[in-house]
Amino acid sequence: MADEAPSYDAIVVGAGPAGLSAAITMARAGLKVVVLERGEYPGAKNVQGAVLYSKMLHEIVPNFWKEADAPVERPILEQKTCITTEDSYVTVGYKSLKFMEGVPNCYTIIRVHFDQWYAKKAEEAGAEVFCGVMVAGVLKDASGKVTGIKTSDGDDLTASVVIACDGVNSIIAQKAGFIDELKSSEVALGAKEVIALAPGVIEDRFQLNPGEGATMEMFGSVSLGMLGYAFLYTNKESLALGVGCKLSDYQKKGLRPADHLEHVKAHPLVKKLISGGTTLEYSAHLIPEGGYKSMPPLAADGFLVAGDAAQMTNPAYREGSNLAMTAGKLAGETVVEAKKKGDFTKAALSAYEEKLRASYVLPDMEDIQDLEEHVENSPGFLEFYPKLACELAQLRFSADGVPKREHLKKALGMVRERGFLRVAKDLFPLRKVAI
Amino acid sequence: MKVATTVETKLGHLEWKKAPETHITLKNAGADSPCLRCVDKPCTKVCPAKVYEWEEAHQKIVVNYENCVECGAARMICPYDNIAFDWPAGGMGVKYKYG
Ligand SMILES: Cc1cc2nc3c(=O)[nH]c(=O)nc-3n(C[C@H](O)[C@H](O)[C@H](O)COP(=O)(O)OP(=O)(O)OC[C@H]3O[C@@H](n4cnc5c(N)ncnc54)[C@H](O)[C@@H]3O)c2cc1C
Ligand code: SF4
Repeated sequence: MADEAPSYDAIVVGAGPAGLSAAITMARAGLKVVVLERGEYPGAKNVQGAVLYSKMLHEIVPNFWKEADAPVERPILEQKTCITTEDSYVTVGYKSLKFMEGVPNCYTIIRVHFDQWYAKKAEEAGAEVFCGVMVAGVLKDASGKVTGIKTSDGDDLTASVVIACDGVNSIIAQKAGFIDELKSSEVALGAKEVIALAPGVIEDRFQLNPGEGATMEMFGSVSLGMLGYAFLYTNKESLALGVGCKLSDYQKKGLRPADHLEHVKAHPLVKKLISGGTTLEYSAHLIPEGGYKSMPPLAADGFLVAGDAAQMTNPAYREGSNLAMTAGKLAGETVVEAKKKGDFTKAALSAYEEKLRASYVLPDMEDIQDLEEHVENSPGFLEFYPKLACELAQLRFSADGVPKREHLKKALGMVRERGFLRVAKDLFPLRKVAI
Repeated sequence: MKVATTVETKLGHLEWKKAPETHITLKNAGADSPCLRCVDKPCTKVCPAKVYEWEEAHQKIVVNYENCVECGAARMICPYDNIAFDWPAGGMGVKYKYG
């Protein structure tokens, strides 16, 4: 048995952005590739905001947005950040036609539609995509090299390499012994609703030209003291309203994300924007946020891990699917090179990590690795600063008959309350996410 | 928290391919189950699909596995590691249309 040639060059577990990017890259290079997906169809299990960054997909499917059946909703011309208190909010927004020059920066997508389209691209490239197949674990030879997978139906499939792209809390990587179960402090729980609304109403409310889109992230009172935020994105004929906070915070608070969503919906800012909409779907999914420090080893003999399965997200920038695509592509390229050399050992496959380091994936993850801890240890971010921002705005924009110098005194007093040094300490680490 | 739309209504928008068998069990549901001394019972409050409910009459957690949306949080929610969770069999479980 041991000498028998494996059935595939590569088995990819999971038909998400990471897995399909890997499969397309390898299949185009002539490798024999199979993608195994537990959902009845691609996307059946997947949840995303969803903002899709174009550049990373363009590197795999050039000019994808120009295709007649492109799975995109609206190109994003305006991105807003809102800081909320219960009855007020400060909005910082940036709108620019530059976002549309060359490769448009990003689009909203409906994730289930997107995954089905992307899986078709993998099939066109020559990969086999089997849905409704749940991978239960990996096969290993006596030396510990991964030689294939077993399905929950008891079938074995062999390959030179298995790439685990099975998403957050990768059961495959856990069963292969490469990672431990994640802790509730290493993940966020996201929940969202897709709310139907007529395109004209969306464009009026978000001040958009026909077809254009906007995104909005909300921090402050909307997160109810938990580490996280709420988001509202425009699709063609619907809005995506979601929340995402640390799972351990939901645990501490004893709050169900469904009820958190209701709280966000009641905020005056959101209430007006979604008014008259009909909920089409409710969904929930984990987001890996343990970051750089809780990444598993990325390569082993006959084995690679990519995307959420390897904790590759950048929560400070709501990026995940793009890192998954880039990592999948780089994992695919690594396997293509390994096949040429006929060497699938950990040493050969470790080129994957070097490629990730030379890309934006590992440098970005490295740069934000302490950010979450910092924000968590400065509770001011969740209450003091949102309140301060709104109170300062209230002063700035009020003509209340009080001399302006009194306003300034009051404003400085508010900052003094927390201490100037402390404010400086709070804010300095944020420079890493300023640009 | 009083809410305008309950989680039950939200779940009403979803479709599942119903698996004949549960993919979620309690490791210990016996007389010495940690659920009996688990004060906060976070599983009953946090699970986005309200899979876990405390049945006062029988002093036990009921697992409504058919509701599960496979968010992946189950095992991490339980402070006593009493929830055994695997994905449903291939093709079974939640079927998102938008995601
Ligand atoms: C609420 C929310 C909002 C988000 N918003 C954004 C956003 O706006 N922009 C962004 O870029 N990212 C966003 N993300 C993150 C993004 O969704 C992920 O980073 C991305 O989906 C990761 O891709 P992946 O291919 O690694 O994993 P996934 O997309 O999770 O794909 C894994 C696949 O593997 C399959 N699978 C799992 N286990 C098995 C098994 N045992 N056998 C067979 N198949 C299996 C799953 O069914 C799934 O199809 C968001 C996430 C959430 C939850
Ligand atoms: S959280 Fe765990 S121990 Fe507590 S009630 Fe739920 S299953 Fe039982």
